[in-house]
Formats: sequence, structure tokens, C-alpha cells
Amino acid sequence: MLPIKELMGWIQSTELAMAISQGRGWFPALEMVHVTATTFVFGMITIVDLRLLGLLARGSAVRDLYRDVIPLTWAAFVVAAITGGLLFMSQAVAYSGNIAFQLKLASLALIALNMLAFRLFVYPGIAQWDRAAAIPLRARLAGAISLAGWIAVVSCARWIAYLMI
Amino acid sequence: MVELASWLASLPVGQALRRLNWLVPWLQIIHILANGIILSAVVMIDLRVWGISRSQSSVAMARRFQGWIWAGLVLLTVSGIALLLYSPRRVLIDVTFQVKMAVMGLAIAATIALLLALRPGREAGAHDAGGLKLAGLLGTLTLALWVGVTLAGRGRWITLLLMR
Repeated sequence: MLPIKELMGWIQSTELAMAISQGRGWFPALEMVHVTATTFVFGMITIVDLRLLGLLARGSAVRDLYRDVIPLTWAAFVVAAITGGLLFMSQAVAYSGNIAFQLKLASLALIALNMLAFRLFVYPGIAQWDRAAAIPLRARLAGAISLAGWIAVVSCARWIAYLMI
Repeated sequence: MVELASWLASLPVGQALRRLNWLVPWLQIIHILANGIILSAVVMIDLRVWGISRSQSSVAMARRFQGWIWAGLVLLTVSGIALLLYSPRRVLIDVTFQVKMAVMGLAIAATIALLLALRPGREAGAHDAGGLKLAGLLGTLTLALWVGVTLAGRGRWITLLLMR
């Protein structure tokens, strides 16, 4: 058995974590930025996902959309990840034991795997169907998994607060 | 505001809603997702008017995404009103909520101005230097205001901090 509880206890006792949990404005300010950045990431990814599913602007090239949208989405994701990490540190024990938080991390892991599979197995052949009316099943599947994954992330994230002890 | 909140709290629809407490987190989730759709639709139009995306005309881009903005706004408003009916006193009396509503009014006005600048038939005017500059400014303003609305949605702590 790994000493996860001890590790989490140590994380939330660090100076940085204490400053966030005990400083009056820090937690809600970080949370405000975290929620806004996550909302933004969800919206941007949804546009790519809907295009992959063939539900949005089928005439335009997927590659163009991808190039336009992905850098900005990554930037917002980095902001969400940093603020999220800091929020986690402040109450690491409670969060790590929170089922909604665990499901949120699992959804993020699924999204990461899906993205990796998309980059490795779907994106390289994109030139053949970039503007085509028929989108390959594997591309549509990647879009569906990503969309479902991000809706799950936002839903679990909202539930975390309701399940905090 | 206080009277309005009390009146809303006394409405039977609010009382009926409050018996369905489990709905609150789901309404909040819909509210956040709708907010995300509006933000991304505005960003898509902005990427074009800023000149980052060049795959299609700004007028075509605006036409493609304006439906998403309005659909998102309907979802945002309906879920927002439902959430308001749950706890009218807590929400309406909060200064951050009033600021959010004011900023949202400005955001909607800026959105309309942006879409008018990029309306069908404006292809020629929207793509000369002056037209692009105007659309770029309106696009940036629209996005900044919508980000402000999103931030204000989680800003109740500012009121609490100020009240101490």
C-alpha cells in the first residue's frame, strides 16, 4: 500500500498550499480563473469535436480548424491545469478522496488517450477526407469520445464541491 | 431588489423547483457548458477578424457561428433563470450578480454590433482595411466582455471579501 494519504497530507501542509487555503482571497480567485479557463477549453474543443462528428460546417477543412483552434485551447488548458493544481494542493487529502474528483481525473486520462490515438492513427491520414462529406468512423469516434469526456469533466468538476466533506 | 427577491421567492414555481433540489448541480452544469459554447463561438469569429484564420471570409465565419452564440445564450438564460428561482434572495441582492448582468447587457450589445458589422452583403466593406479594423476591435471587445461575464459568474467571493 502506497502512502498516498501521507503524501497528500504533506502536499497540503506545504507553505504554498497553506497560503492558498488560509489566505482569504486566494482560493476563490484561483477558482474563478480555473472555472473560466475550463469553460473556454470545453467550448473550443466542442467545435473541433462537432466538426469531426460532421455536425458543424462540413464544407470547411478539418485541418484549418484544427490549426486555428488548438494552440489557443492548449494555452487555456495550461492556465486551467496550473490553477487546478494549486486548488488541489490546498486540500489535497479531501480532493484525492472525493469520488467526483477521481472521476474527473479518470475522464481527463481518457481524453488524453483519445487525443493521443487521434494524433497517431487519425490525423496523419486527414488529407484524404479533410473536406470530404464522408468522415471516417475512427474520426467520428474520436470526436464523440472527446465531447463526452469533456462534458464528464465539467459535470464531475461541478459535483466536487457538493461531495466535499 | 429586496422586494423583487422576496416576490420571486414566494412564487409557486420557485417553491416547486426547490422541492427538486437535485436539479441544481445539473442546471449549473448546463449553465457552464452554454457559457463555453458562447465563448468559443465568439473566439472563432475573432480568429477570423484578427487575421489568424484565413480559411473563409469573416462574413461566412460570422454566419457559421452566430447561431451557436444565440443558442448558447438561450440555454444560458433559461438555466440562469431557473437557478435564480432557487435562491432569489442570495442571488439578486449580490452585487457581483448585478455587475454580471450589466456586463452581460454590454456583451450582448457588442455581439450584435459585431454581427451587424459582418452581416451578409457586407463582404466588400468588411474586408477593406477600415472594416477589418472595426470588426477586429468589436470582436476583441465582445470576447473581453463575455470573459468578464464568465469571471463574474464565480465572483461572489469579491462581494463577501468587500463586506468584511
